Amino acid sequence: MRRLLVALFALGFVASARAQDVPLVADLSNHLVAITTGFTGTDVLLFGATNGPGDIVVVVRGPTKQEIVRRKGRFGPIWANADNVTFRDVPTYYRVASSRPLSEFAPETLLASRQIGIDSIRIGGAEETVPAAEMADFRKALVRLKTDDDLYDQGVGDITLMSNRLFRTALHFPANVPTGTYMVEVYLFRDGQITSGEIVPLTISKIGIGADIFDFAHGRFAFLYGLLTIILAGGAGWVAGAVFRRV
Amino acid sequence: MQIYLPIAEMSVNIFLVLGLGGAIGLLSGLFGVGGGFLMTPLLIFIGVPPAVAVGTQAAQTVASSVSGVTAHMRRGNVDFMMGAVLTAGGFVGSGIGVWLFNVLKYAGHIDLTISLGYVTFLGVVGGFMMAESLLGVLRRRPAALALAARGPGRHMWMHGLPFKIRFKRSKLYVSALLPLAIGVLVGLLVAMMGVGGGFLMVPAMIYLLGMPTQVVIGTSLFQITFVTAGTALLQATVNQSVDAVLALLLLVIGVIGAQIGARLSVKVKGEYLRIMLAFIVLAVALRLALDLVIPPSEIFSLGSGDAQ
Repeated sequence: MRRLLVALFALGFVASARAQDVPLVADLSNHLVAITTGFTGTDVLLFGATNGPGDIVVVVRGPTKQEIVRRKGRFGPIWANADNVTFRDVPTYYRVASSRPLSEFAPETLLASRQIGIDSIRIGGAEETVPAAEMADFRKALVRLKTDDDLYDQGVGDITLMSNRLFRTALHFPANVPTGTYMVEVYLFRDGQITSGEIVPLTISKIGIGADIFDFAHGRFAFLYGLLTIILAGGAGWVAGAVFRRV
Repeated sequence: MQIYLPIAEMSVNIFLVLGLGGAIGLLSGLFGVGGGFLMTPLLIFIGVPPAVAVGTQAAQTVASSVSGVTAHMRRGNVDFMMGAVLTAGGFVGSGIGVWLFNVLKYAGHIDLTISLGYVTFLGVVGGFMMAESLLGVLRRRPAALALAARGPGRHMWMHGLPFKIRFKRSKLYVSALLPLAIGVLVGLLVAMMGVGGGFLMVPAMIYLLGMPTQVVIGTSLFQITFVTAGTALLQATVNQSVDAVLALLLLVIGVIGAQIGARLSVKVKGEYLRIMLAFIVLAVALRLALDLVIPPSEIFSLGSGDAQ
């Protein structure tokens, strides 16, 4: 049923793309990812149509945040954090999907200026706390750790193209995905140029009991939240003690 | 089945958490210990952030100590005056501990501090327990009682301290500074390591204060109840690091496990129980020590940067 709907949607897009001769249209199967109590990660389908052949690139950027990368060193027999670098404006989430390897159809300068591809992300304003030569190691480590957490990814061939008109790709969001407003950018490349681009926003937020608990614990009534938790815990202990005394 | 923990911000297998709670509950009932010293490292092993593990464990300890202290109160085994002094010290220690925890967290050394703390305490406690129970088995008599029989009066220096208070239930007339200091140390441990601190307080009460053994457990549980509750409250307000969902999952089966364990403990020989516990304690200490010493496969790590 969902596939059929998507297909119908896409057909509509083709029709409208033809009618107005828009080079690119795209949309998401879902504009809101809800993190509920049972959330274990999810896929959001991105689909669209073009008015002819070309290469499609999809970039998903999460909200930016400051990140500290720490490096361990040896102190006697023990390994402990020795030095660290603070990076500002680090995307909490970054994913690129393309039909072919980026270098095959896009010039490097263009990729850099648009920050397309993990190597092109501008991670700004790092404090110089280590020698400049070692900064690259820290940046590499940041990307590697984010990739290990399934928050960064660069997937080649993840986009399915049909008869050079329709395309679709599944965007994966793992269980540890940060909340906030995401930007899904879709680019159509022709002859080494961006012919057309489209940005679709996506909201990821906590919904339901889990969200209520989070808000309660982080809000003005954090003290009350703590008190309630303790009363619940103490109550459970007291009840268990009382029940088992009779058994 | 996975469940999303709202404060830890991760999803865990619900049966893993329930099983952990039950197993540690069973052990705590069996050995008469809080179980926090095993639960906190285990929570960190499964990926719970250390701050959340420590804060949540404090809340969970409230449950087990309440159920214990009510039983001891019925039998009149709680010295309330002593308990109050120990608790006052505990609050001070826990305040310092929560502050120190934050300082170390932002400096990037909190994981190391927790690990080192556990390796030290578990190593020492496990080593003593092992030595004592092995001796006990060899001599066929409980070594702890032999030591306790030395009783008070050995530490003459403490009688010179000011602020003497009469503790009627313990039949003691000593300076309040001593139990206060013990309380501070225990509060520090609760806030920084998420343990009840009974393993430190009980020997201190017997050997240092010279309290009669029958009021020691009840009074220490009295202190643990209030200090863990106060610490959890502080952690929840200052650090937002108490996960109510995780705490409730852990204690639901945990309180039942503790009661079953307490019943089982009557049927198993005390010395063998203590050897088993010593093995577990030393195994956890060894695992944590190895993690500190073995060259890590990844020397880089990410720290949250949104603080301050």
